[in-house]
Amino acid sequence: MVGVLQKLSVAWRLGRQAVFRPVVQAGWQHVRNSSHFTYYPDTVPESHVIFGEDVGFGGVFRCTIGLQDKFGKDRVFNTPLCEQGIAGFAIGSAVGGATTIAEMQFADYIFPAFDQIVNEAAKYRYRSGNLFNCGKLTIRAPCGAVGHGGLYHSQSPEAYFSHTPGLKVVVPRGPIKAKGLLLSCIRDDNPCIFLEPKVLYRSAVEMVPTSDYTYPLSSADILLEGEDITLLGWGTQVHVLREVAELAREQLNVSCEVIDLVTILPWDQQTVCNSVKKTGRLIVAHEAPVTSGFGAEIAAAVQSECFLHLEAPVERVCGFDTPFPHIFEPFYLPDKWRCLSAVKKMMNY
Amino acid sequence: MKMLTNILSSVLRPRGAAGQLWGQGSAALMWTDFWELSMRALAPFMTAVRGAGGNSTTEATFETRPYKLHRLEEPPLPSTTCTRDDALLYYRQMQIIRRLESASGNLYKEKAIRGFCHLYSGQEAICVGIRAALRSEDSVITAYRDHGWAYVMGCSVVGVMAELTGRSQGVARGKGGSMHMYAKNFFGGNGIVGAQVPVGAGVALANKYLGRKAICVSLYGDGAANQGQLFEAYNMAKLMNLPAVFICENNGYGMGTSVDRASASINYYTRGDYVPGIWIDGMDVLSVREALRYSIDYCTTGGPSGNGRGPLVLEVATYRYHGHSMSDPGTSYRTRDEIQEVRQTRDPYNALQGTYCWRRLGHCGGA
Repeated sequence: MVGVLQKLSVAWRLGRQAVFRPVVQAGWQHVRNSSHFTYYPDTVPESHVIFGEDVGFGGVFRCTIGLQDKFGKDRVFNTPLCEQGIAGFAIGSAVGGATTIAEMQFADYIFPAFDQIVNEAAKYRYRSGNLFNCGKLTIRAPCGAVGHGGLYHSQSPEAYFSHTPGLKVVVPRGPIKAKGLLLSCIRDDNPCIFLEPKVLYRSAVEMVPTSDYTYPLSSADILLEGEDITLLGWGTQVHVLREVAELAREQLNVSCEVIDLVTILPWDQQTVCNSVKKTGRLIVAHEAPVTSGFGAEIAAAVQSECFLHLEAPVERVCGFDTPFPHIFEPFYLPDKWRCLSAVKKMMNY
Repeated sequence: MKMLTNILSSVLRPRGAAGQLWGQGSAALMWTDFWELSMRALAPFMTAVRGAGGNSTTEATFETRPYKLHRLEEPPLPSTTCTRDDALLYYRQMQIIRRLESASGNLYKEKAIRGFCHLYSGQEAICVGIRAALRSEDSVITAYRDHGWAYVMGCSVVGVMAELTGRSQGVARGKGGSMHMYAKNFFGGNGIVGAQVPVGAGVALANKYLGRKAICVSLYGDGAANQGQLFEAYNMAKLMNLPAVFICENNGYGMGTSVDRASASINYYTRGDYVPGIWIDGMDVLSVREALRYSIDYCTTGGPSGNGRGPLVLEVATYRYHGHSMSDPGTSYRTRDEIQEVRQTRDPYNALQGTYCWRRLGHCGGA
């Protein structure tokens, strides 16, 4: 069971317009009553465009449903099957002045676009001496394990992009955060990659406020305060870690502090280090393979900053160093049992 | 007797796609093995002409469907001969693939197959026709709609279904699933759209470099035809005069997007520009076979230093009856009438059966 997400009433389903600007919809959709939050702003800025594969009819995850009818085909449209083209096109569109939200159908398909994102988008402002920039660019991609995705529908590529100065990489953990963070990304003056854990499209249902709000990027959330050990994750893994904290409290009498990193790049080193200085132990958990996963960067930074406060080495509970398996997915993922046994190990270090 | 021992050994000592011993290596027979055993043993008897009555022949000549050419002067042959045994083989292969895909669809709905499942029903004539023309040294690489290809390139039905259901007897030991099936000279089975085409060009390079007179057939769909890496592959293949045949299986839809909404030019056989191309009606097995025979000849002979004349871009016009994958009903972007119409008028094995019976290559009940 993914986390502690409560099913809430349909009262928050949006029909009424929000007093807000962006033409964006982050569709976190509950299967049964199809409620999803949509932003239809009162004043419609003329320069926002959304495109990607199958975006026009609503997208394969229905994130852009209704937008083409509302805003027209010149602003919400399909592209052919060409990720590198989509990324390049989006970068150009953003540089030209249109706020652009491009969609990669799955994060696994983002790799043909990798060159455009890393070599063009990330470096535009720097190389032009701030004459030009593609800050108006946001790229959205569903990422993460979904139970049956196999090699090419389950990857988490945040680590590849975290290695690129000039980008921002954001991973929400639920609908409320998703809306605020996506709006922040769109308004942020840097190219942002917004990775949406696809398993949460169906399983995450939350009461999302209809008004406008944003969350600051690069600000980690402490979801649960604790004394003994810090558990750090992002996206779907945050819900797993909350369960682990619960289990640790019941079975091991250990008080865990659970942190959602929220933004991978630039990450909130301050919050994490403060927490580690308090607890003395850190576990980083992510689905991506362990070698050079983002946990490696966190571990290196934390040991450098908090060395004398550490009671045990920083532990990473991650996917194994193999391609994402089809049939072995339950063994591959850093589930609550693996995380719990890491907690046990660290408490007894 | 030799046939019997061959059949028995393939079941009792199951071998994987690379020839290695599979599973426990001992006689672990499943009921499906008995089925396959008996079908193989009985096949000659079931297909014998009863009483050889009437005027049936063992070989007949058929006209191929018209081709369209791009930068080529001579088309593939306008007519071709087909023996009774060959026709029966093609028919049987297409039937097996059709049933394999139906069974896969049903297993998916029962959740015995998880993940992704892209069905090939309607396009069988392509893999059967191409395989009929290929020689043992030629290679094939395709995208994720590969169950039919896995079968014609030598994987057993049990191997394919075991792979789909994640069993260790599968052709990729259950680790690949639907999209990653491999066999000798069959390089898969690839999940990322268009990624297989430069790889196929590379296999063609290896063939040329190692002096094999072999081609590599790289298949992709109309959706993949808009990927940039294909054009890189065309350029390299033409520049280096590689024995590569790039084949676009145009089934009219890239997932849910029809070809005219995705491509500025829907003449995929001309997309190679400086690479010559042929358009083929993909619902006729014999036309496909003839076009591939032409391609093999083109790519392996007639060029400088005893090599071929370079790559070709083929477009095979076909249709898929199912949706893009099992999560796509296939009716939100096209009408049921359209699917029915193709099934009734252009179905590949109905076409073969029609010509087969008409030419009296065999005894068709009641004919």
